[in-house]
Amino acid sequence: MSGLRADLQIVADWIAPRSRVLDLGCGDGRLLRHLQDNRSVTGYGLEIDAEKIVHCIRSGVNVIQTDLDQGLSDFDAGSFDYVVMTQTLQAVRRPDLLLDEILRVGRMGIVTFPNFAFWRLRYYLAVLGRMPMSGALSYTWYETPNIHLCSINDFEELCLQKGIRILEREVLSHDLRRPVIAGVLPNLLAEIAIYRFCRS
Amino acid sequence: MTAETMPESIPPDSVGLVEPKSARFDTALMLECGRSLPSYELVYEAYGRLNAARSNAILICHALSGTHHAAGYNSPSDRKPGWWEVCIGPGKPIDTNRFFVVCSNNLGGCHGSTGPTSINPATDEPYGADFPIITVQDWVHSQARLADHLGIDRWAAVAGGSLGAMQALQWAIEYPQRLRHAAVIAAAPRLSAQNIAFNEVARQAIRSDPEFYGGRYQSHQVVPRRGLMLARMLGHITYLSDQAMRAKFGRDLRRGKDDFDFHYEVEFEVESYLRYQGESFVNRFDANTYLLMTKALDYFDPAAAFEGDLAKALAGVAARFLVVAFTSDWRFSPARSREIVRALLDNDKEVSYAEIEADHGHDAFLMPVPQYLEVLRTYMDKVAAESGV
Repeated sequence: MSGLRADLQIVADWIAPRSRVLDLGCGDGRLLRHLQDNRSVTGYGLEIDAEKIVHCIRSGVNVIQTDLDQGLSDFDAGSFDYVVMTQTLQAVRRPDLLLDEILRVGRMGIVTFPNFAFWRLRYYLAVLGRMPMSGALSYTWYETPNIHLCSINDFEELCLQKGIRILEREVLSHDLRRPVIAGVLPNLLAEIAIYRFCRS
Repeated sequence: MTAETMPESIPPDSVGLVEPKSARFDTALMLECGRSLPSYELVYEAYGRLNAARSNAILICHALSGTHHAAGYNSPSDRKPGWWEVCIGPGKPIDTNRFFVVCSNNLGGCHGSTGPTSINPATDEPYGADFPIITVQDWVHSQARLADHLGIDRWAAVAGGSLGAMQALQWAIEYPQRLRHAAVIAAAPRLSAQNIAFNEVARQAIRSDPEFYGGRYQSHQVVPRRGLMLARMLGHITYLSDQAMRAKFGRDLRRGKDDFDFHYEVEFEVESYLRYQGESFVNRFDANTYLLMTKALDYFDPAAAFEGDLAKALAGVAARFLVVAFTSDWRFSPARSREIVRALLDNDKEVSYAEIEADHGHDAFLMPVPQYLEVLRTYMDKVAAESGV
């Protein structure tokens, strides 16, 4: 299937065929649909938005209407190979606790989030004196669902504290492009960060 | 049914005029209570057309006070269509242009299927209180025979709300190979103590009516009207949410009155409404059937045989599930539906769950709530596509 967003494509490439996947904040279910079609993956999406539930059902994706802030208590420990959360970490009430939940329920976690230290966002605040907005952060300050924004350095620091082992990191620069020189100053040049991790 | 014969008042998205049919079964049906029914009749309605592959049949299971009349009109003069008219019809979520939809009156009912008001062949008297207590499992067994009778090996889906949803769940447990999907709406995997308590008050209202005569009121040519009316009034309160009652009646007094009369007759609109609901129910429902239905609800507990572990009870299901709950339903709250979802997740079964914002309370499953209809329509579209229709 073509047309998968670049960040989702990276996530999809990390997932082994025939594995069991839980997608937190699965949106319209396109990642799971892609994984079902191309990698014979099974699993569920969790989503809170009523309209997106309908999209998931239409795509033939199993979806459970859930508030992620209530935790993942409906799921037993170790019941998934991967727990994926794309562009949602920053919108939950306690990202740190949810990371624990991800690694309780899944053997491996994959998260993507907008890097708040991306140079354009810094420019907004430092030069323009305005709350940062970008393609990945398209909300105004007063209506944003993004309540716990972090940078790449912040996230890696939290993983270190929690004993979470980062297995892989990819970054995308502006407009979801692969960076020209990968790995150089990611905290400044990456708009989106993508991690695969497990318990150390 | 041709367009000419339809009265103008029947909308085009209705199945229109429908006639109930009946199927007779002369092989004894063993019941969970240990007794058996030597023979019985099931009355049912069917809408749409069974396709050549017989892959497009949907079984609709009704709730406590429901009947086989799920959609359309039995006569041009009917004031109201069938109980699930919002969901069943041409172009509706359960689309009769694509599906063959069957709904039977439950055994023990009072709308044509064998029940307490039927004549007991052993005595030539109405069964009355002698009619055995029927359980959800018994209903499912009797419905499976109806499926055999109609030549349906496998339902595309079994769907129902409330007590009907419990039957859909039981179908998935009992006959995993005979349904592809289960639509379980406004359900609970078993009643809570509070649920049973409400049922018990309803039963006591009926049984303590002096005209109940231990269930033999038919022989005395009376009806325990007061008791059945009270039971229905009580039940109705549990079907509505606080918000719904506030919005519908508030503290309004009847007929524009603005002052109290200081008596015990009807003054508040809500009193008037409940009495009306109770009184009209008495004219269309049998007290023994009401007792039986509430017991079937109380007894339903598929997990009981598995030390209370619902996940174990659902380990063998093969159907894919749609589970739907409504935010304001306090009779079977979303948390109760989540128990079913969780048990399915524990077994890695296919399930989608939607929690619909609705103010109507438990009754929301009968209401045209747009998000609910959209979820059901989308799910049933997938079922139809799979069924080759």
